[in-house]
Amino acid sequence: MSAVDMIKERLKDKITDWSEHSPRRTYASIKPQDLKEIANILFKELQLRFVIASGQDTPEGLEILYHFSFDKTGEIISLRVLIKDKKKPEIDSLAPLFPAAEWIEREMWELLGINFIGHPNLKHLLLSEEWPEGKHPLRHEHES
Amino acid sequence: MSHKVIVPIGPYHPLQEEPEFFRLYVEGEKVVDIDIVIGYMHRGIEELSEHKHFDQVPFLVERICGICSTSHPFAYVNAMEDLAKIEVPERALFIRTIIAEMERLHSHLLWLGLAGHFIGYNTVWMWSWRYREPVLDMFEMITGNRNHYAMMKIGGVRRDIRDEDMPILRKTLDDLVPAVDMFKGAVMDDPVIQARLKGIGVLSKKQAIDWCVVGPTARGSGVDIDLRRDDPYGAYDRVEWKVIVEKDGDIFAKTIVRILEMYESIKIIRQCLDKMKPGSIDANVKDIPPGEGIGRVEAPRGECFHYVKSDGTNRPVRHKVRAPSYMNVASNKIAAVGGTISDAAITLAAVDPCYCCTERLIVLDKTTDKKIMNGWNLIELSQAKTEKLKKSLGQG
Repeated sequence: MSAVDMIKERLKDKITDWSEHSPRRTYASIKPQDLKEIANILFKELQLRFVIASGQDTPEGLEILYHFSFDKTGEIISLRVLIKDKKKPEIDSLAPLFPAAEWIEREMWELLGINFIGHPNLKHLLLSEEWPEGKHPLRHEHES
Repeated sequence: MSHKVIVPIGPYHPLQEEPEFFRLYVEGEKVVDIDIVIGYMHRGIEELSEHKHFDQVPFLVERICGICSTSHPFAYVNAMEDLAKIEVPERALFIRTIIAEMERLHSHLLWLGLAGHFIGYNTVWMWSWRYREPVLDMFEMITGNRNHYAMMKIGGVRRDIRDEDMPILRKTLDDLVPAVDMFKGAVMDDPVIQARLKGIGVLSKKQAIDWCVVGPTARGSGVDIDLRRDDPYGAYDRVEWKVIVEKDGDIFAKTIVRILEMYESIKIIRQCLDKMKPGSIDANVKDIPPGEGIGRVEAPRGECFHYVKSDGTNRPVRHKVRAPSYMNVASNKIAAVGGTISDAAITLAAVDPCYCCTERLIVLDKTTDKKIMNGWNLIELSQAKTEKLKKSLGQG
């Protein structure tokens, strides 16, 4: 059974938008408040592997894609989350669910300024400890 | 009463090629905790990539890593071809696969040598690097460079493999098999190597899954994943080979996985050479539409992941790179804790870490003007070697 079918069956009402880009690449939009529950089901119940997350500063808000891999079929399911509040962006941390998320959340925290609620060790990963507060290299100045 | 003592390794340390900092908390001989500090080589490649033309990005990401330099451009072109739904000519797929497997050969030999060096077995180091050299010569023959081959481009490859080069490549592979046999024997039968590697730095299957490790680090712990089979790209679905999995999760298992994988790489390259037919090597891509693409490659160290987003202009708006070491290095927190200080060096090295990849950064050499050699001298040296090599191969 493909990962897409499993997720459709299990999480139908939680997915706000599907985009099946190609047979093995699917993007699923979800609400930020559902992230932790869905990630838990994907990782623990459906046994998908967490690959990485990628954050991006868009004019609409801060978008995070959580990429999960289903190695039996070679599929990647990317959960798309949009954090609209750019002034004080916050989202649940996934690091308590699986330690593999620890580093990338630290990276997104310093590069994009997203606060991960419940992260056990939110400190600089790539940038120096002396890096000035409030400066985030991957934030863009969008014209509003 | 026990005292916790901190043993710092790094950031600059004679054992390591790249700056990284491990803070080992020890009680007597035993490592009780570890703090991994990285970031000494942050270059901001992802940000740089947003300022490059789509066709320039392969050259940029090729410079993320000096060892598996083709894995990043390979994953990037896979992502772009997923984004724009490009059909790549079959000959180009075979050439990409040959280059990627040659890279696995030289990378595994490099690791094997370093592993030997770390446990004080310098003979293994010397021999391993001696047999790596002919593989690098083959790279120079085919691509013009020992490293940074610049073979990948969106829609194909930049150079063909000439018919007259194929027998030389075949002969090099034939000569490599007895060398791998020797390493297999040396590692499996040597009581000293067994004593140093067996049961050391263990990562159980459950831990490997929780930390989402990839590549030989995962396969050494019984996690049966390999993108070449699971999410086939290049020409991997056109050749016969098998995924090597070991159960024990210790450094010995990781070593065996890497050694046995070299046989599979040789098998794959031979089949590619057999099955390659003359034809185009480039799909001549003109425009990149708006959209998103994900490309993955099984690099020598594991899954290399690239995500690219295009808005219809000629530059990516977002380019995310996730190298295998990013996941593997973090798992040292499990593998090294509980062991002794003397085992820490080989345990930390067992994931075949690549910090340049983890941080996507570059080391800038900003020495004084009194350099003994400048860039041009190096190019001249390299050209002289190419000429010498050509002559010895009868192509003068």
